Amino acid sequence: MTADLPEIAESPQRGMSSHLAGELLEVSMGPQHPSTHGVFRMNVALEGEVVRKLKPVFGYLHRNHEKIGENTSYLGSMPYTDRLDYFCSMTNNWAYALSVEKLAGIEVPERAEYLRIILAELTRLVNHTSLLGFLLSDMGAWGTPLMYAFRERERVLDLFESLSGSRMMCDYMRFGGCRVDLPAGWMERARQIVDGFPRFFDEFEELITGNEILMARTQEVGKLSAALAVNAGITGPGLRASGVNYDIRKVDGYGIYPRFKFRVPLGEHGDCYDRLMMRVLELRETIGILHQAMDELPEGPIINPKVKIRAFKPPVGEAYGRIEAPKGELGFYLISDGTGNPYRYRVRPPSLVNLTILEDMCLGHTVADVMVILGSIDIVMGEVDR
Amino acid sequence: MESIEEMKARAEQAISGARLEIVPNPGPAGQPSLLLDHEHAFAVANFLRADPALRLDYCSNVTGVDWLDRTVKKKVKVKKLVDGVEKEIEETQEEFFPGYLEAVYHVYSIEHKHGPVVVRLRTRDRAEGAPLPSLTPVWRSAEFQEREIYDLYGIHFEGHPDLRRILMWDEFTDFPMRKDYREPDDYEYEPTPHDEVLEKAKQHYAPRPAEDGAEHLAAD
Repeated sequence: MTADLPEIAESPQRGMSSHLAGELLEVSMGPQHPSTHGVFRMNVALEGEVVRKLKPVFGYLHRNHEKIGENTSYLGSMPYTDRLDYFCSMTNNWAYALSVEKLAGIEVPERAEYLRIILAELTRLVNHTSLLGFLLSDMGAWGTPLMYAFRERERVLDLFESLSGSRMMCDYMRFGGCRVDLPAGWMERARQIVDGFPRFFDEFEELITGNEILMARTQEVGKLSAALAVNAGITGPGLRASGVNYDIRKVDGYGIYPRFKFRVPLGEHGDCYDRLMMRVLELRETIGILHQAMDELPEGPIINPKVKIRAFKPPVGEAYGRIEAPKGELGFYLISDGTGNPYRYRVRPPSLVNLTILEDMCLGHTVADVMVILGSIDIVMGEVDR
Repeated sequence: MESIEEMKARAEQAISGARLEIVPNPGPAGQPSLLLDHEHAFAVANFLRADPALRLDYCSNVTGVDWLDRTVKKKVKVKKLVDGVEKEIEETQEEFFPGYLEAVYHVYSIEHKHGPVVVRLRTRDRAEGAPLPSLTPVWRSAEFQEREIYDLYGIHFEGHPDLRRILMWDEFTDFPMRKDYREPDDYEYEPTPHDEVLEKAKQHYAPRPAEDGAEHLAAD
């Protein structure tokens, strides 16, 4: 029996049988695949199981968000920004509000700045927690870690719902402040939920981050050098995992971030494990920022009363505003011609730019690793395709 | 960070023949921009990236802007002979500015943690495939974003490693982000048309009173 089977030569590459050596097989991965985080497609040329070429294909969710923004009033685009990165509507709102405030030179009252920081950091909790679940799911730890993560995420979404009326499409911020003040008892609930988070991290870290299978799947996979990461415009935890100290909260100090004490975690190797650990460490820092902001939250107005939000017409000019969204640098570039609609409304999505060197990161790895690398970049297609 | 005037002067000194122009920003944001000429854009971008005082190593945002042709009406006082007497008369003159497409780069320095420096490139006209030099070889982060400009505005980036449509499908022929873009007249059947949709439906379907009965389209 055994004599009939083809002899498998010892191949230097994993998972490649001898009679296919040197032949490339083109596979279209996605768009309908749960590990592609939405509708993302990659055209991959494989040699055995090893990736030799990879071309991402975009546009399945393209609805020309920017053109719609040009045909809508400034306020009209605010709820639409929720749909960019639908995990992080609060930070999307903030980036847009910040850019419009730069464009028109608007001051924001102090209470609103505190509320924005609290909500943005809660969004970071939501995003990074879900990422941990999704990434483990991509690696084959089906169900349980994702459900644990979603259990925690849901608590924060309840907070968002009681504040803004919607779990995910919050539409909470306005030019010069926020839309509504906190309902009664909100802060107590928020404190309870935030205080409960470290317990979840401890449990999660103990279960997962020291896990041998996880280490084998992520360490030395998808390595990214600091020089390439900077040149390719990678931002957010992906950049810091390569050891580049660049956090827009520290660099620009937008809002009132300079008042808060927090550290910026940095990686050493720039591999998937470091990118995963960046999220875990950032979560701990986020809890610290939340505690400070909740303790110091002042009384006062939540919106600048001088701003006419509805008939809003900023002066002629242009502005680029950016924030450190959970996925990286989220920027809005606006050109005003003095009318009620922006002449140009541009979204600088972190997810799209972070995909620029997906091919460089995947070459030489197996197909199974591509999913891990893609998962560790953290993309949302609503933002990539716009 | 040094002022944009100093930056312009030093860049012009470092690269012979480069003609830079400062585009002021009238708004309160205070982000004036540097307009580069096509021939030296690549060299100037390289200078901005490599110069030890600037080290603008991180190109954050790249985007296109469409500026249509426009005429500006000006009132000018002209001296003229009216009935043999010289008089000052107000006349309206029209000045024509041809349209162009623009690529805007927002560049930061991660090493020195300053920025943004706004860099602009302008095409000569709004023709399809109007060329601009690609800055992707300098800043890799421009790769997908320049492809997006090519896709949505129709600027042809010369020197780009892989210039294809990115968001629209390859067979698409128009450029949707241009200001004079008109969406194609592709009406889909709508069972209960009203207002604008009804007008469109009337153009696309002949009235069929026998089939449509009381709800027929031409219910006037």
